[in-house]
Amino acid sequence: MAETGVIATQGALRTRGSVLTSFARQRELSLAAIMVVLGALVSIVAPQFLTISNLTAVAALASIYAVASVGEALVVITRNIDLSVEAMIGVVAYCVASILERHVLDAPAAIVLGIGIGLVLGMANGVIVALLRVPSIVATLGTLSIFRGLDYVIAGSHQVPLAGLPPGFTDPARTNLLGVLPEFVVIALVVVVLGTIVLRSTRFGRQVYAVGSNPEAAAILGIPARLIEFSAFSVCGLLAGVAGVMWVMFFGTINGTAGTGIVLSIVAAVVVGGVSTLGGSGTIAGAALGALFLGLTANALPLVGLSQFWLQAIYGLVILVAVSVDAVILRRLQRATAERRAR
Amino acid sequence: MTATPSSAPPASPEPVTPSVPPRIELRGISKRFAATQALEDVSLDLLPGEIHGLVGENGAGKSTLVKILAGVHQPDSGTIRLDGEATQIHGPAHSRSLGIAVVHQEPRLFPDLTVAENVFIGHAPSGRLGSIDWGATRRLAEGLFRELDVQVDVGAPVRGLSMADQQLIEIAKSLSLEARVLILDEPTASLSAHEVERLFTIVRRLRDRGVSVLFVSHRLDEVFALCDRATVFRDGRHVVTMPTRDLTTADLVRHMVGRTVSLFPKVETPIGDVLLEVSGLTKVGEFRDVGFSVRAGEIVGFAGLVGAGRTEVARVLFGIDQRDRGQILLGGVPVSFASPSAAMHAGIAYLPEDRHQEGLVQDFTIAQNVTLPILPRLFPRLLTRISAERKVAHEFTEQLSVRMTGVDQLVGSLSGGNQQKVVLAKWLASRPRILILDEPTRGIDIGAKVEVHRIISELAASGLGIVLISSDLPEVLAMSDRILVFHEGKITAEIPRSQATQERVMFAATGSATGDELAVAPPAAGARGDGGLDG
Amino acid sequence: MSASVVPARSQRRWVGLLARWETLLVLALIGLIALGTSLSPFFLTAGNFSNLIAALMEVAIMAMPMTLIIVAGEIDLSVESMAGLASAILGFLWAAGVPLWIAIAVVLVVGALGGLLNGLIVARGGLPSLVVTLGTLALFRGMALIVLGPRGVSDFPDWFTAFGFGHVPGTLIPWPFMVFLALALVLGIVLHRTWIGRQVYAIGKNPSTARFSGVRVTRVRISLFVLSGMVASLAGIILTSRLSSARADAGSGMTLTVATVVLLGGVNIFGGSGTIPGVALAILCVAVMQNALRLASVTVEVQSIALGLLLILSVVIPTFAHQAKSALDRARRGRPPPTDSIARGEAAP
Repeated sequence: MAETGVIATQGALRTRGSVLTSFARQRELSLAAIMVVLGALVSIVAPQFLTISNLTAVAALASIYAVASVGEALVVITRNIDLSVEAMIGVVAYCVASILERHVLDAPAAIVLGIGIGLVLGMANGVIVALLRVPSIVATLGTLSIFRGLDYVIAGSHQVPLAGLPPGFTDPARTNLLGVLPEFVVIALVVVVLGTIVLRSTRFGRQVYAVGSNPEAAAILGIPARLIEFSAFSVCGLLAGVAGVMWVMFFGTINGTAGTGIVLSIVAAVVVGGVSTLGGSGTIAGAALGALFLGLTANALPLVGLSQFWLQAIYGLVILVAVSVDAVILRRLQRATAERRAR
Repeated sequence: MTATPSSAPPASPEPVTPSVPPRIELRGISKRFAATQALEDVSLDLLPGEIHGLVGENGAGKSTLVKILAGVHQPDSGTIRLDGEATQIHGPAHSRSLGIAVVHQEPRLFPDLTVAENVFIGHAPSGRLGSIDWGATRRLAEGLFRELDVQVDVGAPVRGLSMADQQLIEIAKSLSLEARVLILDEPTASLSAHEVERLFTIVRRLRDRGVSVLFVSHRLDEVFALCDRATVFRDGRHVVTMPTRDLTTADLVRHMVGRTVSLFPKVETPIGDVLLEVSGLTKVGEFRDVGFSVRAGEIVGFAGLVGAGRTEVARVLFGIDQRDRGQILLGGVPVSFASPSAAMHAGIAYLPEDRHQEGLVQDFTIAQNVTLPILPRLFPRLLTRISAERKVAHEFTEQLSVRMTGVDQLVGSLSGGNQQKVVLAKWLASRPRILILDEPTRGIDIGAKVEVHRIISELAASGLGIVLISSDLPEVLAMSDRILVFHEGKITAEIPRSQATQERVMFAATGSATGDELAVAPPAAGARGDGGLDG
Repeated sequence: MSASVVPARSQRRWVGLLARWETLLVLALIGLIALGTSLSPFFLTAGNFSNLIAALMEVAIMAMPMTLIIVAGEIDLSVESMAGLASAILGFLWAAGVPLWIAIAVVLVVGALGGLLNGLIVARGGLPSLVVTLGTLALFRGMALIVLGPRGVSDFPDWFTAFGFGHVPGTLIPWPFMVFLALALVLGIVLHRTWIGRQVYAIGKNPSTARFSGVRVTRVRISLFVLSGMVASLAGIILTSRLSSARADAGSGMTLTVATVVLLGGVNIFGGSGTIPGVALAILCVAVMQNALRLASVTVEVQSIALGLLLILSVVIPTFAHQAKSALDRARRGRPPPTDSIARGEAAP
């Protein structure tokens, strides 16, 4: 596409980079475009796909995933991974539901507590990875097991029924703001906007990218990499806490298995949304779009006649494809730089 | 491919007289690393508003000096004065805060962040509530590039930008930090002629604004084109500092190399058949149209500066990288190696430049390292036998006089010279016909060097064909039957032993002349004016 | 590493032995057995031992190739899903009337192919094995669900279920244990006594040097993943046999346990070190621990907490041990390093 050349007299710095900027910026746009196209195709086969009721149902569940994906994206940008998010969501969901059932706290306090639990769990991850220097894959595999075990221990075989929750607690998952926008979507949007602002405009946010993009250069510049990693995991836990609260509102009845099995869909959402597992790139908005994309996919499957069981396979393919694409882009860039040197 | 700069350098302001206090004053700087005295009692002045060239061979101490100024190393002794005040540079961050900026050969930027952000990383202008003011960042970055007279999309990510462009970003970064000292460390190695010219224009502009520029380079023609004064280092010592208009290329070369170290010369050996023949070998971006032959009993030296393409050629010969064009004939048969394993089977062995990362497994014993390439051959029935390993290891480490407590010693605990011998032993155990040695005596002290040279000579005598890649001129001259000089990916000279001198090799290596044009006797200094820029 | 004064060979060997991870495991094992015996008089009986290990056999079997993979510097997270895929295909084919032997053969081939997919993407494509096998973890499980759906297939012939559930005649040793033993023996020999194993260590410690030394790094990596896939399939077959039921969600959660026993066995997560005997010891330790916890009426859930903690500790402890050792070495430094030649000794850094 755009040729890279150096214009001798004025020394213009036209770059292949501008092509890549557009590609990266287009990652979100192309994802959105794909969603529109696929949505149109699906609605041809199954016209009930594009109905308001269907879309709002999808949006509500996807919002929960989007919130969790924002936290995961933060971690992945720093070149780590958090496999324990599903267990964090589970613990928070059960704790909140149980506390409400036993009337220990009222709803607002329970919500705050839930988010706080998520934060603490995230900080535990942060300590293990940033302080104890355990590789994040091992660390979060371990905490996945620990948190899930904790969840079972706390829950036992009990299932908090819908009746156990205060009346109206599950409403936010079902009501629309101003009659149009589901409240859950608003929550997700707020999280996305906040996350985007932090990553785009604060020193901390830029340091997150720096640490993931070039850890050696970051160290030389005196950026506190470990603190950044700790913060990323903590925020991820906090957002998992938010997602856990939303889970209770959505499902209404919680036992110890809440959230089981969703970690792969969250990682897939992040990866398809353009956050590279090599670190340093990707956007919050992209991750949220990824969650929406996968949510729509999950919804569309039965409508086009495919069983839900295709979902796992799709997640797997999505992860593989996204990782391969990232690598191909990287390799092509390196070759381009070498070719330019030859001239 | 050399930057042939526009005929005469643009009229620079009158060179600053020494009565102006220097911006940086180094006195008696010494630095030692283990066996090597990298710098010894070195002094240097950097005046405000000058471009000061620093030249010297590989290992002369240039990069150590740069690292000291950058705060990466602390000098063992000596003083540093900044604007007349004695200072100690505690670390990289401190160095930056003192106004010293270094542009390395390989810029250290964040590929996923934008140009503007890279320029202002760590000190971006703040807006309301302490958030980053992107508008101001963008404007300021654009302003900086305008000053440098460079057009750039400051919003583009750095990934994908050429090395030259990334260097400009580093320079812009230094401007944003209001650096008063700019150190350019071998900046032109990866640049095309156009880009070099552009860089020079910018550097001159900075000089005119009063910035002190230290231009570290191998390329003498560039030093003459750009610098007001030049300093020569040799073996860690300061040799001379003079205004460039009072120097010729011949002078510089003489100052750079004038050493009479008698090393072990290669023993006369009958030269046998052609073992390896290469023609038209090309790899885009690395080297072009390389052709040469190696005979049994012969040592072919590859001389040249860092980045000239010698290691790249070796890597292609050994199957680590693939060529784009050209032919390799082994014993008359065209070959193509997809992997080092294939090259090994064909009888080629390669001793890599970096023995720690590529030559040895530090946690393995000597025996395990020595037998690593030949394991399938040694144990055709899969099961390993320590006795057989030890026997092979003994045989070759004895031959090379490796100083060790036994073949079960971990190589990590050996000295540098002995480690190198183990790498050599490893490759000899594979019984090659052609041995490619890449900087075999780097980082080894004199005693071990002599031993290694003796061994190499004996290997040639036993019928091997040897390619010796080395930046150590006396070594290349002493050991080689023929010297191929590389410059920017091409062979610029082939000098037989009888006609080889240090000056001749250095001239060809810096692209100044083809060597043949030089008279054997030192030329009358003033006769050629500026000194042979017609290469 | 060592200073110029090197102690006598035999002395070194004892110190080396004591400081080894495997010794720690033996001590831990003894402690756990003591704990178990205190909880129940039947702890050290053959019957209990048989039960003790039976539940862990599939994990143990998968841990063998996983050891080699992690030593080589990679990881394979997809093993549990391959086991599930194996179970699903087995159940599907059997329910469709395919003779069981053929179904088993097909499943093993599928395992090899799945491993090949992993191997090609990682070794040829140069992609990080962590994310790739995360993807195939999902993909294989997805394929299992597509093949078999939510149902279970149960009417397997007796000889088949006898394998997973039964014992070697005349003893109380479960058949799967024999499989594990055979695998441990073979892979132990491969890793520790053949040149292939040497190459695996070299790749894990320094892939560049390995490649530059003529080791066919890509080929070795791909082979390891193929092996892992096949063995995971085998584990899936055994699991199906032991539970007399083929399900698409078979093996869920096993990857964690496999990774735990391998890391606990002293294998460095970054590659380059670790032994098969170490992992075997770790498996024994975990089996005894789980059994003891069961006897102490500790619930499965708490056991999973213990497992997660073990995993993290198995990385933290060696790191700290290493740091302590480096600090000790630094304190001891000041002795000159070995001399380079007769002419000059090197100055202290």
